Amino acid sequence: MSQPVLSVRDLTVEFVTRRATLRALDKISFDIARGEVLGVVGESGAGKSVTGSAIIGLIDPPGRIAGGEVVLSGERVDNLPPDAMRKVRGKRIGMIFQDPLTSLNPLYRVGEQLIETIQTHTDLNASDARKRAIALLDEVGIPAPERRIDGYPHEFSGGMRQRVVIALALCAEPEFIIADEPTTALDVSVQAQIIALIKRLCKERGTSVMLVTHDMGVIAETADRVAVMYAGRIAEIGPVREVVKQPLHPYAKGLMGAIPSLEGDAERLVQIPGSMPRLSAIPPGCAFNPRCAQVFARCHVERPELIPVGDRKVACHLYDEPGAMGGKAEIAA
Amino acid sequence: MTTAVPPAKPPGRLARWWDSDIAFSFRSSPVTVMATLLALLLVLAAVAAPLIAPYDPFDPASLDLSDGFSKPMEPNEITGKVFWLGSDGQGRDIFSAILYGSRISLLVGAASVLFSLVIGVGLGLVAGYVGGRTEALIMRVADIQLSFPAILVALLVFGVARGLIPPALQERATLFVLVAAIGLSNWAQYARTVRGSTLVEKNKVYVDAARLIGLKAWPVMLKHVLPNVAGPVLVIATINLALAVIEEATLSFLGVGMPPTQPSLGTLIRFGQQYLFSGEWWILLFPSLVLVLLALSINLFGDWLRDALNPKLR
Amino acid sequence: MLAYILRSLMQGLVVMLAVAFIAFTMFRFVGDPVVNMLGQEATLQDRAELTERLGLNDPVPLQFARFVADAAQGDFGVSWRQGRKVSSLIVERLPATVELAVLSAIFAFVVGIALGVYAAIRRDGWIANLVMSLSLIGVSLPTFLIGIGLIYIFAVELRWLPSFGRGDTVRIGWWTTGLLTVSGLKSLVLPVLTLGFLQLTLIMRLVRSEMLEVMRADFIRFARARGIPERKIEFRHALRNTMIPVITIAGLQLGGVIAFAIVTETVFQWPGLGALFVNAVQFVDVPVMSAYLMFVAFVFVLTSLMVDLIYVALDPRLRGSPAMAK
Repeated sequence: MSQPVLSVRDLTVEFVTRRATLRALDKISFDIARGEVLGVVGESGAGKSVTGSAIIGLIDPPGRIAGGEVVLSGERVDNLPPDAMRKVRGKRIGMIFQDPLTSLNPLYRVGEQLIETIQTHTDLNASDARKRAIALLDEVGIPAPERRIDGYPHEFSGGMRQRVVIALALCAEPEFIIADEPTTALDVSVQAQIIALIKRLCKERGTSVMLVTHDMGVIAETADRVAVMYAGRIAEIGPVREVVKQPLHPYAKGLMGAIPSLEGDAERLVQIPGSMPRLSAIPPGCAFNPRCAQVFARCHVERPELIPVGDRKVACHLYDEPGAMGGKAEIAA
Repeated sequence: MTTAVPPAKPPGRLARWWDSDIAFSFRSSPVTVMATLLALLLVLAAVAAPLIAPYDPFDPASLDLSDGFSKPMEPNEITGKVFWLGSDGQGRDIFSAILYGSRISLLVGAASVLFSLVIGVGLGLVAGYVGGRTEALIMRVADIQLSFPAILVALLVFGVARGLIPPALQERATLFVLVAAIGLSNWAQYARTVRGSTLVEKNKVYVDAARLIGLKAWPVMLKHVLPNVAGPVLVIATINLALAVIEEATLSFLGVGMPPTQPSLGTLIRFGQQYLFSGEWWILLFPSLVLVLLALSINLFGDWLRDALNPKLR
Repeated sequence: MLAYILRSLMQGLVVMLAVAFIAFTMFRFVGDPVVNMLGQEATLQDRAELTERLGLNDPVPLQFARFVADAAQGDFGVSWRQGRKVSSLIVERLPATVELAVLSAIFAFVVGIALGVYAAIRRDGWIANLVMSLSLIGVSLPTFLIGIGLIYIFAVELRWLPSFGRGDTVRIGWWTTGLLTVSGLKSLVLPVLTLGFLQLTLIMRLVRSEMLEVMRADFIRFARARGIPERKIEFRHALRNTMIPVITIAGLQLGGVIAFAIVTETVFQWPGLGALFVNAVQFVDVPVMSAYLMFVAFVFVLTSLMVDLIYVALDPRLRGSPAMAK
């Protein structure tokens, strides 16, 4: 594989409050190859959405990028001046938000919003931009786009609106798209269509995608690789098949165990005791140690780094020494 | 207000309060601290007026016409007496008049705020709890009331009261009429806030639970609604206190408020205005200044309070 | 859309009727109309005659109906104090108040919106902070003190502008205007500034807080994520969304302009309706009071109807949906 489209190195995001500096992201690193779909899963507050915002440079104060770098096709983008970064947004990185009801400006026709975006990033004149907008609407599967382009957002159904949002994200043919929970706010019946649409469009264009969701079903169906996040860190990252079928990290095991599947027996449904710590109370060592069934002394003192295990990487001391797999469970108190 | 508390000992209640977010935001806003101190000073001076005031402006026997129009801080040309802030045409000490005047202004302001608070919170609770037509009626009236300017409502109430109260009693009744007029023109905001909160609480499970075990839902709800609305109601009350003081001053200025025998700050300004062209600036300036400082300091405190209790607005 | 406008018309009518009822109650039960019109010395017979003539012996609902019918034709009876028809008093003084109020409202809207937008966009800049602090002082300044202060500076010290009255007016039909003479225009400056100031500060603070609220909306974030320039986000996307709540609330605050016209007119001895009303309150001239009340209610209903229409123009969600139609 050649140069990755996106390369994130030791990215750290902090929120400064009066009492403490909270780490929403703690040194996370991953790559996304051309045309690849990386799924990012985790509970709410694990740092999935913050990762997306940090990459596209839209962290709201008091949050800030406190360290690490974001490299887009070989060019570092996290330290660009605001106007240069603005030109990257939309042009090279597209973003799809969770709720199509609130993502569109209610007072402007969808065509106006599309044409505005197209003209921001290209030199097309008004009539060419309009043609392109109609073509985009057609591409995302909106029927009668020549007519619907003059509709207002409230005249579209939820699923149709999300298609408009996708069209808006694709306006300038970005090489990379962040989809932040693109189906969470939609009816179940529409979710599959939207996922299929994103998958098809990106395949056709060779666009890479970072798909943030807490729906493991969506990940299993769509992603090439998956990153499991916990308390602002990556717990495990690797090819989706392996991670879903045979998770290594105890947290990932719990997460995968929580997916009901048609063929699986009921016993497989496990529940992880406890809940994710708040950012202000992340324990030293491994952040998962209070909930882990296989915890041992080292977990309380030393933070596990991501270490390669086959095709994947895991941040867990259980896999640190060869042959140590799961063998230390009895040390747990 | 509490000042320096040493946080060395095991955290007592005061120390914990001192470390809370609200206290912190208060400490770190010098403007708010200044405003609060100023407001407290003005209120204290008004309350203690009889103790502080060098003269009794209500005692006609102590007035001497030859003291008239003394300039501030200068001995009177005839009598040689010194009035700190000067005197008016009848030789009345402006400083004393301001002390007693702000006393009346604050009294009317505070009483009318209390009056509208009781009406508003009461109606809000009833509207939220009873619902149906009662609610629709109350909220409709509140809507109309809110869109009608307070000063107009107050003027109308005042006019009607004048028409109904026999002339002999009018002067003594003015204070109460003013409180009623200002109070009746400001209740709607409380009603809206409390109703909203009541509606939220009414649908919670514990209300049903209380009913199931045979308790009356009313008292249980009150216990939960009142703490919830305490913050917003306090904010509205603070800002309304400034508004009420201004409203009273405006009515008195228009000549439909406190009579000359019991002058409020507004009445004093009304008199002072006559000297605008003749050069006795102190008769007008000092009461105006006190009125503005009073309203401003209360407003600054209220503004801070609103932001502090509503972190999401920052 | 038509249904929406009809509904606001209906609501306006209900409000007018409710206010008419209050006005009627005042008219009928505050003070004795007969004694007030004839004086204490009138004979019993005169009183009985007038009572009969005014229809005060009829059932109260009938009296109310008559009151509404008369009011609809602009007849509010005779002023107890001035002995003239209330309607002619109002017509005489209406132009002064309307010119003052409309100019003040325009002044408050234009300057208030501009400052509010500025304070929202440069929310941490020192000018924005200064403007916000000044606005709080503005809210704490009673209207009459602003008027007195302006008179002191521009009329007493600088002698640039007149301190009272309308100056020379020109008569056009039944309307008198101060807009066509130099002294009329000069006379308008201070009252307009005084009356507009409070509304200006309120509108400015409202625009700022609404705009900051809108700037947090998802669609603004999405527009940023598409690389739309910040200037366009502020002036195209945020401003128009800000204007919807602002128009509603500010439109209703126009009532405040009318109310504080009472104070401004008193300070500047402006021969308008507000000064008429204050006199009426002082002397319990009930016919004038109730007529003024009806007038204010009418202005209120008219402005809220206008606000509703502007609302329809600004918000496509309230219009029909042509793109969906076949």
